[in-house]
Amino acid sequence: MLSWFALPFSLVAALLLGALMMLALGANPITGYNALIVGAFDGSYALGSTAVKAAPLLLVAVGICVAFRANVFNIGGEGQLAMGGLASSATALALPNLPSIELIPLVLLAGAAGGAFWGAIPGAFKAYFNVNEILSTIMLNLVAVQVMNWLLAGPMVDKTQNSTYGLIPETKLLPRASWLPILIPNTQLHLGVLIAVIVAGGVWVLLYRTSFGFRIQAVGLSRDASRYAGMPVKRTMTLAMTISGAMCGLAGALLVFGSISHRMVTDGSLTGFTGSDGFNGIVVALFGALNPLWTILSAFLFGGLLVGGDALQVATGVPADMVTALEGLVVVFVVSLEYMRRRSRATSTAPTGRLRAGPPELEEPAPPLVTAEAGSDP
Amino acid sequence: MSQFFTYAILTATVASALGVATPFLLAALGETMGQRSGVINLGVDGIMLLSAFTTYFTALKTNNLFFAILVGMGTGAVMGVITAFISVTLKAEQGISGIGIYLFGLGFSDLLFIKLVGTPLPINTLNPINIPLLDKIPAVGGMFFEQPILVYVAFLLVPVVAFVLKRTTFGMKIRAAGENPAAADSVGVNVARIRWSTVLIGCTLAGLAGAALLMYDGIFQENLTQSEGFIAVALVYFGAWNPSGVMGGSVLYGLAIAVVLEWKSLGIIPLSASDLAATAPAVITILALLTVARRFRQPAALGKPYERGG
Repeated sequence: MLSWFALPFSLVAALLLGALMMLALGANPITGYNALIVGAFDGSYALGSTAVKAAPLLLVAVGICVAFRANVFNIGGEGQLAMGGLASSATALALPNLPSIELIPLVLLAGAAGGAFWGAIPGAFKAYFNVNEILSTIMLNLVAVQVMNWLLAGPMVDKTQNSTYGLIPETKLLPRASWLPILIPNTQLHLGVLIAVIVAGGVWVLLYRTSFGFRIQAVGLSRDASRYAGMPVKRTMTLAMTISGAMCGLAGALLVFGSISHRMVTDGSLTGFTGSDGFNGIVVALFGALNPLWTILSAFLFGGLLVGGDALQVATGVPADMVTALEGLVVVFVVSLEYMRRRSRATSTAPTGRLRAGPPELEEPAPPLVTAEAGSDP
Repeated sequence: MSQFFTYAILTATVASALGVATPFLLAALGETMGQRSGVINLGVDGIMLLSAFTTYFTALKTNNLFFAILVGMGTGAVMGVITAFISVTLKAEQGISGIGIYLFGLGFSDLLFIKLVGTPLPINTLNPINIPLLDKIPAVGGMFFEQPILVYVAFLLVPVVAFVLKRTTFGMKIRAAGENPAAADSVGVNVARIRWSTVLIGCTLAGLAGAALLMYDGIFQENLTQSEGFIAVALVYFGAWNPSGVMGGSVLYGLAIAVVLEWKSLGIIPLSASDLAATAPAVITILALLTVARRFRQPAALGKPYERGG
């Protein structure tokens, strides 16, 4: 019971606290939330914008589902998004004359490969050298932002700009054939949304209908038991992180080729490119109960909140950052309620729903992250 | 002549490295306390952002820097109550709840900044305090003894935290709670209370770190910390959960940043390569985690909520 209840409860509680924040800042919460909902979900244009915002969120989040299910914690989504964006942009710039039917799949694959590479590094470090992946992914984010700034200001910069104050760090206009086609006229809804939903379905199949998915979940629940069962624990952990990175990289490609400017631009920060999708995706995945299918709904909901945040700002003067603060509260509530769920389950034998409010590690304390002897499968 | 220049450059680089290292050191010392008692706090960055903002706002309105820093620490303490309640009392998964606290701090600090300040104005920052006599030592004086007060505070806290952890009953209880909470509990240590205290101390220090960062920059902006709080957590691993190791890591990190900044402005590093050079601190940290740091054992109960009889 409680597990089904926990997710909507967390959202409502966060929204109520948000209403208090608005009151404290002298804004009318009803006006604010009304503007937010209208801005996000009213009419085909708003729905299209929400779907476009939701697509990269969904991809990041299904990647997080895979990583969390394997009990590896990917908070390097930001850097993986940037690497995906860079790899896909470079591919499009190198192949300006290909037709769409070839170029679009190629740039999307390149994006996924870029992100996969950036995810495989912390995954392998974790699996084979016991380096805490939280720390290595954070550090790799810091490396990625500098690599992005360097590439976009140097090797990949648009040299045709005529600016007296130096070049803006951005690529030139990417070949038209690489642009993700708009699916519904008069909206921003592009092919990337469809791709994201299909990929989410594919990841669901991978996790729940293949032996590889079974291995991921087994490794996530107990590394030792999986090892005794003869599973390649280290390889599975590395692959889970690689898949997670690939999803982020693909999301990065959507950000570039589904953008309005159709260039990759940097303002010097990761957030400037990603819109914090690497972190927002974690919230989406948690709220989607780490199930790729539920995550589709969750991504649409949070995409709406993020799109509606701008309308909220216009209507009430409360900055759109409130949505980020609310996301933080949702996470805090979800993990806090998880404890009560565990307690209620410990005291009753009632069957629990399939919807889980947390990753496997919530059930069972994670093994020590940096001990020297952990993980010694052949 | 050229020797004078290298001398001056060296002094300036080390001096600014200590200033850069101070927020890392304060936050990492606080995180060390928490982790030694078994609690990972990944929300440090969000707490630093919130306290940097409250420090900034108070300084802007009252022009009283001392009071502003106290407000920053108070903000950290309030966030500490919330963090401890979630991590210790509600026994939530610490890695994920920390991300929640981070996102809350990131969003809420910028919300308040835009709503309450709008146009960023610089504030007066702390003046360097020269330590009498010591500041007259050639080179060394300019490096170490002409710093703002928070730099001295941060470095003086290193032996204090080390002493508390190693030589006091409180420190012994902290280590017991982090290594074997069940055993600690069986001899009458109140594990929850110990962890509450370390989280409160840690978050207050994170608040001070936010204030120190703000004082170093002199102005607030969105996402002022640029992940410094996360780096501080990494430095705790880097420093193998020892205050002196954490200090070494913070200084090294600060030095790497300062060297790139100073050498870039001096033209030693060409502008075209400066972005790549700026990856040095993170790359060094990854290499350290990959080689040396992983040989040290973390507190056995790190990140595990303690449940009696569980």
